[in-house]
Amino acid sequence: MRKIAIYGKGGIGKSTTTQNVVAGLVEMEKTVMVVGCDPKGDSTRLLLGGLAQKSVLDTLREEGEDIVLDDVLKPGFLSSWCVESGGPEPGVGCAGRGIITSINLLEQLGAYEEDKELDYVFYDVLGDVVCGGFAMPIREGKSDEIYIVVSGEMMAMYAANNICKGIVKFAEAGGVRLGGLICNSRNVDNEQAMIEALAAKLGTQLIHFVPRDNVVQRAEINRKTVIEYDPTVEQADHYRQLAKKIEENEMFVIPEVLSVEELEELLITHGILN
Amino acid sequence: MPTNRRLTPEEIKQNLLAAYPVKVARKRAKHIVINDPTPETMPEIGANVRTIPGIITQRGCTYAGCKGVVLGPTRDIVNITHGPIGCGFYSWLTRRNQTRPTSDDDDNYMTYCFSTDMSEENIVFGGEKRLKQAIQEAYDIFKPKAIGIFSTCPVGLIGDDVHAVAKEMKEKLGINIFGFSCEGYKGVSQSAGHHIANNQLFKHVIGTDDTPSDGKYRINLLGEYNIGGDSFEIERILSKCGIDLVATFSGNSNYDAFANSHMADLNVIMCHRSINYVAEMMETKYGIPWIKANFIGAKSTAKSLRKIAQYFEDQELIERVEQVIAEEMQEVDRVQGAAKARCMDKTAMLFVGGSRAHHYQDLFAEIGMKTVCAGYEFGHRDDYEGRRVLQSIKVDADSRSIEEIHVTQDPDKHNPRKTPEELESLQAKGVSFKDYQGLMIDMDENTLIIDDISHYEMEKLLDTYKPAVLCGGIKEKYAVQKMGIPCKQLHNYDYSGPYAGFKGAINFYTDIDQMVNTRIWKLITAPWQAHPELIATFAKEA
Repeated sequence: MRKIAIYGKGGIGKSTTTQNVVAGLVEMEKTVMVVGCDPKGDSTRLLLGGLAQKSVLDTLREEGEDIVLDDVLKPGFLSSWCVESGGPEPGVGCAGRGIITSINLLEQLGAYEEDKELDYVFYDVLGDVVCGGFAMPIREGKSDEIYIVVSGEMMAMYAANNICKGIVKFAEAGGVRLGGLICNSRNVDNEQAMIEALAAKLGTQLIHFVPRDNVVQRAEINRKTVIEYDPTVEQADHYRQLAKKIEENEMFVIPEVLSVEELEELLITHGILN
Repeated sequence: MPTNRRLTPEEIKQNLLAAYPVKVARKRAKHIVINDPTPETMPEIGANVRTIPGIITQRGCTYAGCKGVVLGPTRDIVNITHGPIGCGFYSWLTRRNQTRPTSDDDDNYMTYCFSTDMSEENIVFGGEKRLKQAIQEAYDIFKPKAIGIFSTCPVGLIGDDVHAVAKEMKEKLGINIFGFSCEGYKGVSQSAGHHIANNQLFKHVIGTDDTPSDGKYRINLLGEYNIGGDSFEIERILSKCGIDLVATFSGNSNYDAFANSHMADLNVIMCHRSINYVAEMMETKYGIPWIKANFIGAKSTAKSLRKIAQYFEDQELIERVEQVIAEEMQEVDRVQGAAKARCMDKTAMLFVGGSRAHHYQDLFAEIGMKTVCAGYEFGHRDDYEGRRVLQSIKVDADSRSIEEIHVTQDPDKHNPRKTPEELESLQAKGVSFKDYQGLMIDMDENTLIIDDISHYEMEKLLDTYKPAVLCGGIKEKYAVQKMGIPCKQLHNYDYSGPYAGFKGAINFYTDIDQMVNTRIWKLITAPWQAHPELIATFAKEA
């Protein structure tokens, strides 16, 4: 079982990319569990065909300790399984602590046991690694590979670099490694070259460049991944390629974090000035 | 080469610092000063800054200072700790504050421990609902006049808005409810908690009841917490003198007295550190002057009574006070004389509190004992060097995290008790207002003064000075006694007391006489004293 965490700046398209990649993997007859680590609980909507599910934390609150896995683990598109960690309302409590509680509970309930025959677990984590709770998926062996979703916009790259700092910290203590950057294109000038350069500086790879296509939005409105919504479009092939590249990936590194100056220089060389 | 030559204070200081890493030694050096009591040449002491991790400090946390020290001794406010159960449980009655309800109907919640008992679920989803529920439950069961909410560390981390909850529940239930942002991490010691407690009492309670109080000479006693019944003894003396106590902050106190305390005509401060903020704010807002007093020690008690009588400028009171002092001193003198004969020239060390390390020196002096070193756990520079240094105290980032409330004259309730001329004339007669001269001026030259003492320093000093007694708290007690030196706890008096006032002084003379003259400490030999080196082999190898 490969345990993969997807990080990236808020709004970059982590959930969309994750679910589309998962769709690609299940098409390849892999069994995949997606654990949504966002209090909004919208990380599995496209695989489930809607927000039909009760989160781990809500269930814990309502049922007390008496929870069975079936209460929170729902089957999604093909052989995908979906869990939402859930969390507090905006502005109250501690969502980070919620993720810790939730993942520990999933372990106790046996979500990761061999009888589940999982090939992959994907953690879709909100925003940046802002505090200990949001780092939970990369701590203590919860995940061993990380992919960062990024675009050619400066703040997205800045966030990617920051996430790498978190990876370095936990890579030294545990076994987590960076598997690559996924560029979710924003049609920024010279985007692919810039992200390739960033990947090189970080000591990793641009594993796939996902172009921008409105079919993604159309699929989302229909509560479906692109592969399910229209398996024939070119964009579906991009997600299939990405899934295949992840399946075959052998490049796992501890990233070299860039200084702010280096990051800005990168932008000047590849971006704004060209 | 061992010599019998006595070490100079500078040598003792250097010996204390020698074991530390360079950076720690540099920091600690500022907190260890050799006293010079002359104000002009008095050294500056480092105080009220962060404790160095790992030195084993005596200090407590901000929550402890707020909930335990200042609000703890008030009997009829339901004090709810908002947090995991440990904070509430371990601050439950730990200071041995006593209280005396006036009748069976008088509320007393001091023996209870109220907590929201937060669990993981409340941390994740926020604890405000649970807090509201706790307030509702407390109200339904007890119908108290007021409820206080005390924030613990996790509450600050997850951002529960205790003040909004307090406001909402106050409107709903129609009783006074107020919150304290006294998260344990908020300051460098419990001192921050005192300040936070002062601010909220001032904002939410003091001055809310304008009923004129009876009595001719009305005072508040500030910074007296009724440990071991100290307040009862002070109340007895004041009442004998005909002085009316409107409120005590906060020994043997109740909510109504706080609400009405702005009707008093003089604020008398015992523990300057924990409560001077309230006195300052009351003077600005209501025009009540404050004086520093000390009821620890018979002589100090007499002096404080005379100061109060002088303030009221009433011959009848002055005479009454003299009569009381004369009466009380008979028994004091008798016991003092006997104890003094046995305790003369013995030495004491005091490491405690923010005023106790100063006040108790008076009691020791009355039986001929000398304080060779002393220091506070959480005092500030003004408690050591006097309020004259207030302007030169640097406000650092840690102090800035505590709210400073801006107080102005109350247009309706401000009533200067004395004209500026009257104050000046009293000042000329020796009644000094708004003044605390600190501990250093009262200690001998070349004594050692140590702020926020570490455990290592304390052991080293015990070894160097071999005092007859050390005054500290429970954290020191048994470590000190294992070294064959008796330890008097000044946070709870080791279940004895009271020690304040005249009768308290008698108790103290007797207790200390017994402690320093018992032979028990010399009769015991610890195994490591007889055989300093233990030789052992592993059972498996043998």
